[in-house]
Amino acid sequence: MRKSFAVLFFAAAVAVAGLGSAAGAASEIAINGSTTVLPFAQSTAEAFMKLRPDVRISVSGGGSGNGAKSLIDGMVQIASMSRAMKDSEINDAKKKGIDPVRHTVAVDCIVPIVHPSNPVNNLTVSQIRDIYAGSITNWKDVGGPDKRIAVVGRDTSSGTYEVWEEKVMKGTPVTPRALIVASSGALVQTVAGNPLSIGYDSLGYVDPKLVKALGIDGVKGTPDTARDGTIATSRLLYMYTNGAPAGDVKAYLDFLTSDDGQRYVAREGFVTLK
Amino acid sequence: MERAGEIVITTGGPRGARRGARKWGEIVPKGVVTSVALSGIWLMAFIIFFLIKEGAPILKETSLTEIALGQLWYPVSNPPSYGMLPLIAGSAAVTLLSSIMAIPFGVVLALFISDVCPERAREFCKVSLEILGFLPSVVLGFIGMAVIAPHMQMKLELLSGLNMLNASFLLGILILPTIATLSEDSLYAVPQAMRDASYALGGTRCETMFKVVLKCASRGIAQAAILGVMRSVGETMVVLMAAGGAAIIPLAMSDPVRPLTSTIAAEMGETPVGSPHYHALFFMGCLLLFITIALNILVLRIESGGGEK
Repeated sequence: MRKSFAVLFFAAAVAVAGLGSAAGAASEIAINGSTTVLPFAQSTAEAFMKLRPDVRISVSGGGSGNGAKSLIDGMVQIASMSRAMKDSEINDAKKKGIDPVRHTVAVDCIVPIVHPSNPVNNLTVSQIRDIYAGSITNWKDVGGPDKRIAVVGRDTSSGTYEVWEEKVMKGTPVTPRALIVASSGALVQTVAGNPLSIGYDSLGYVDPKLVKALGIDGVKGTPDTARDGTIATSRLLYMYTNGAPAGDVKAYLDFLTSDDGQRYVAREGFVTLK
Repeated sequence: MERAGEIVITTGGPRGARRGARKWGEIVPKGVVTSVALSGIWLMAFIIFFLIKEGAPILKETSLTEIALGQLWYPVSNPPSYGMLPLIAGSAAVTLLSSIMAIPFGVVLALFISDVCPERAREFCKVSLEILGFLPSVVLGFIGMAVIAPHMQMKLELLSGLNMLNASFLLGILILPTIATLSEDSLYAVPQAMRDASYALGGTRCETMFKVVLKCASRGIAQAAILGVMRSVGETMVVLMAAGGAAIIPLAMSDPVRPLTSTIAAEMGETPVGSPHYHALFFMGCLLLFITIALNILVLRIESGGGEK
């Protein structure tokens, strides 16, 4: 166990060193920011580099705030963010002569899911919050059968939890009794196997054969309601550049928002722009 | 061989060269073996150093009492709380329950294979036990999540099938081969004379097995049990998939738990390097390491105790 950890560690160190030395004289684009954006930023960057071997893109994820900060400090060409820049950040940027320009690159939508046998079809945001906070513990309080609710959630460090926290919990802590699973796939599996459960997952991962997606405040989660923001749990994902993008940065953003690029967005469970 | 070599050296020829060859013949293998052995120790020391270096800074953020007795594990909320008691309790609970299930069963199984089972079936039993030991833990975890959990939830009408009982049961299966094969080895090593003596004194088969053979092999069995417990403490995949992951102190077997190992596995990937949360996870790694070292020392003490008597 311990030895294999060491081997992994060593392999990772070698890999990092290799990546560092491989960066040549070609044009370089650095992207930093949201960990939510990271998976498809990474996969589209790889695909783009295959098309344009002369461009090197390095992608890192330190959170949206960090992304904004590195764009303002001129460390990166693109900041990826899961929220719009705050006024304070825009002011800081202006002071340093940076003109942040916003590009919408994908849509993130999280929907509550239950077992297909559950008669409940719709919940309000405050009902969902009470269920996750542990103050509603029985399905009969929200129009279901007289049975306890098994609350299933994601780890606090996941991007999925982040949206849930931002759009539903709004600072209320999730009950410690909630079952916590480690991946989107495991969450669907868990909810599909338990008639008493409620969970939440990215729209792209919800398989209607296994689980039932609930409406929120009467709105069904679909790509359309996610794009126009009528469902309470959707948000747009952005990339910011300094001024209007040009050259390779523009080429990358064009690729990301094209049909080819959006395929990678869909593959990571997000909703595409069109 | 050795004597022949000496004769060659003393009877002449280019003495120095011969002696040198012999010297290199000793030095090279010795050096290689020593450096390989030392690199293992060095690696171990490095890992311990790394764990402590990355784990200790959490004590700047919070106190040791807060970590040891705090009941809330909310590492990323604002303000964060780093209470690890539910996680430690979760680890202890699944380990204890799985040991209670696996140790008696494993020992009886070992006794069956060594003393009851006919010689021809013995090999078959041993091989099938070893095959059980090859089962990857992720496969067991998946069975727990996809097969056992829904059934347990439906049949027992529990809130969820992902709980302490499910995880402990799977851990028990996982450690059973370790306990049974190692116990069997020490039971089989009990001299036939002991058994014969017992029968000669009028002991029944049952008395011979439980009062003589088991007693003679008790040290080996204790070691086997501790090695099983150690595996149970450190196992990650099964508890990550089947234990439920709720950071609460379990009060019933149907409660979900979140052991230390699964917390590290689930949270490390998306934790910013250098944050208090990151250090807290390494601190858990230290805790696990110390538990394992303590169990290891226990095994060594049982072994040396056996030598004295």
